[in-house]
Amino acid sequence: MTGFSFTIDGVAVTAEDGETIMEAADAAGIYIPRLCDHEGLRHQGSCRVCTVKAGGRSVSACTQPAQAGQVVENETPHITKLRRDLVEMLFHEGNHLCPICEASGNCELQAMAYRLDMTAPTKFPYLEPCRPLDASHPDIALDTNRCITCGRCIRASQEIDGKGVFGYVGRGIHRRVAVNGADLADTDAAITDFAISKDVCPVGCIIRKGIGFATPIGEREFDSGLIGHKIEEKKRD
Amino acid sequence: MEPATTRHLRPDEIAQIGAICDAVGNDPHRMLDILLSVQDECRWIAPDAMQLIADRTGLSRIAVEGVASFYAFLSQTPKGRVTIRLCDDIIDRFAGMPQVVAAFETALGIKVGETTPDGAISLDYTACIGMCDQAPAAMVNDVVLTKLTPDRGAEIVAALQAGQRPEDLISDHFANLTPHDRATRQVENNIRHAGAVLLGPGSDRAGLENALTMTPDQIIGQIEASGLRGCGGAGFPTGRKWRIAANAEADRRIIICNADEGEPGTFKDRVLLTERPHLLIEGMTIAARAVGAREGILYLRGEYVYLRALIEETLEDRRNRGLLGQGIQGQDGFDFDIRLQMGAGAYICGEEGALISSCEGLPGEPKTRPPFPAVQGYLGLPTVVNNVETFCNAARVLDQGAQWFFDMGTEQSHGTKLFSVSGDCLNPGIYELPYGLSVRDLLVMAGAEDAAAVAVGGASGTMIARDQFDRRFGFDDLSTGGAVVVFNGQRNILEIVEYYMSFFVHESCGYCTPCRVGNVFLQKAIGKFRQGLANPEDIDYLKDLSGTIIETSRCGLGTTSPNPILSTLENFPLVYAAMVKPSQDRIRASFDIQSAIDSARHLAKRRSTIFDEDFSK
Repeated sequence: MTGFSFTIDGVAVTAEDGETIMEAADAAGIYIPRLCDHEGLRHQGSCRVCTVKAGGRSVSACTQPAQAGQVVENETPHITKLRRDLVEMLFHEGNHLCPICEASGNCELQAMAYRLDMTAPTKFPYLEPCRPLDASHPDIALDTNRCITCGRCIRASQEIDGKGVFGYVGRGIHRRVAVNGADLADTDAAITDFAISKDVCPVGCIIRKGIGFATPIGEREFDSGLIGHKIEEKKRD
Repeated sequence: MEPATTRHLRPDEIAQIGAICDAVGNDPHRMLDILLSVQDECRWIAPDAMQLIADRTGLSRIAVEGVASFYAFLSQTPKGRVTIRLCDDIIDRFAGMPQVVAAFETALGIKVGETTPDGAISLDYTACIGMCDQAPAAMVNDVVLTKLTPDRGAEIVAALQAGQRPEDLISDHFANLTPHDRATRQVENNIRHAGAVLLGPGSDRAGLENALTMTPDQIIGQIEASGLRGCGGAGFPTGRKWRIAANAEADRRIIICNADEGEPGTFKDRVLLTERPHLLIEGMTIAARAVGAREGILYLRGEYVYLRALIEETLEDRRNRGLLGQGIQGQDGFDFDIRLQMGAGAYICGEEGALISSCEGLPGEPKTRPPFPAVQGYLGLPTVVNNVETFCNAARVLDQGAQWFFDMGTEQSHGTKLFSVSGDCLNPGIYELPYGLSVRDLLVMAGAEDAAAVAVGGASGTMIARDQFDRRFGFDDLSTGGAVVVFNGQRNILEIVEYYMSFFVHESCGYCTPCRVGNVFLQKAIGKFRQGLANPEDIDYLKDLSGTIIETSRCGLGTTSPNPILSTLENFPLVYAAMVKPSQDRIRASFDIQSAIDSARHLAKRRSTIFDEDFSK
């Protein structure tokens, strides 16, 4: 392994051969916003929220290998605006009603909206999907109206649990996460699966039955700080 | 009776599907072939069929469903024994498709999207099938019918209902025709101008013979020196691509021909596949020699299935003549063979990563780059993907020499280009002309003097107006995969733009957020303009949203899909300006208070005290 350095927003960062821009940034305590990427899972590069400019070109930081001497722009007003547009698209594609959602406060989509200053009324139309709720499983419910098709559950189930409970079906705006069977009860999903754990689904799509609101509002993950603060704290250490 | 969607497979269907899987060795990478065969035999991909195929190929059911639900030609509901697919391209619409649709609907007694109650015939729309020079057109199972009229539509339905097979609509003795005759009886070539390189007279073996006298490095040197660039639209230098693949560490390399010509308004590869199939295979064989590949794949778009027999015959003929297979031309160790991979209705598969995914039996989703396909492509192996026209050009370069090719065209674009001209012109068809030609020159040749707008490069290209007709085709100025779609002054620019956006919404793979969602928003916004409900600020909204989609999309589809909007905003600004109205009373014209409160009226079971003037009555 050979090390080299490049810059992110003018800050020198070191990386090893084969590391992505995001991996190198995480290690250096620089947070690059992301939704579909999750530590320990294969990089997918689909949500595009981690878009950065590398050498002037737009790339997804989670999949783009870092290169020696590369100049990467991360938190410029322009890039933050692009990311906000993407997050707004995800809000408008599904039904994200934060006040009634059990994930509020733990939700990465909501937290990302705060981080990116999504404070003004949005200009996009609402697509208002009407997908059936899958409550067939004794311990787990699935409300894909809140899904942002990040596919973290798909990869977690395949790569960590070795199961393949979830998968993508359909094309274009009809592309969505579905289960490997007639419904969730028809699969081998279990509440103990990593894919079902609260770490994996960034929104309120995968619901663990019987434990709703165990943590009160105000004491939830993003009540204590902006999304990404844990990575940024590494820099201060 | 059990509903069709939960019906279990019959024993004969189980045996049939098993045989289909066995025929490809239960190989999961041949999933698209399996599903296409099951669709042909069973007329749909039933849930039980997906489970059976999954068991046979060692995949999960959801993985099979992911593929089955991606491609337009695969159906998860039962279809008729005959499926009529009407081409929904804008050129077909302008050529009278709505009347043809009405005739089909009347004759069949069903609407588009439905199947006759006896399960005999389904009627569907499909995206551009590459017949714009002979629109309106349709596919009837594997048969293509062009220049349709309402009367012809009624005749076709009557013939099918009388028990005729789709091929009987072409000829009474279809089976006895040669594959080439079958193709040309269905579809006209309309070659209007044959150029020096591809469509004029020329050998289809001299290039390979010359290549065999050279080292692989010398062959690549010739291609580099010729200045040949990819003819699918992106224009990547062909020689450089071959060299990268040749230099990549691997013991297997792959040559793939991209014959997934899906850009609305493009049909040049169809003509090359019909008239120059040997030249194409020769070009692929030369590429194999140059990069050291033993395996090739020719990916033919599902819409061109009527050419399958012709391609298969060409491959078999070349095997018999020692031009393909083991020890080509008697050269020990020069082994190369090609398998034909059929597509199944997905424009995105024209993108090289998506095309590779499709060849691997996956949904047609582009791959993460890097790595680039020339380094890690099909099954992770170094892979050269070139367009049909590019391979044909390569063969001619090896035949006539790099300098001969280099001397034609312009500084950055050498050789000739096949232009697919369609729309409002007297002579639609194929024109092979040197790069550097002006749009105006081509329009004169095509008899399109009253053109008011030209879509250069099709839906993802640039829409130009009369004041730009002196611009020149080539990578120096107007780069194009070859589509030249002509619109006269009677055509509604916004209708064209709305069609193109609906095309991209339909064809986006959905992998990345901006392309999946953003294009839907663009389509809705154009709809507002067409209905006269747009505000002046909606023009900025279109530009702004287009910018985000272009900058953040993962592949070429998303980085070009806003082009119809951006190029018409720039070149036809008055079309938009004429449709916008400043909002009154700060209420957007697109906001309809009456429909907004309608559900509240129903819930409250009374009328509004404010918005219903007759409330007190």
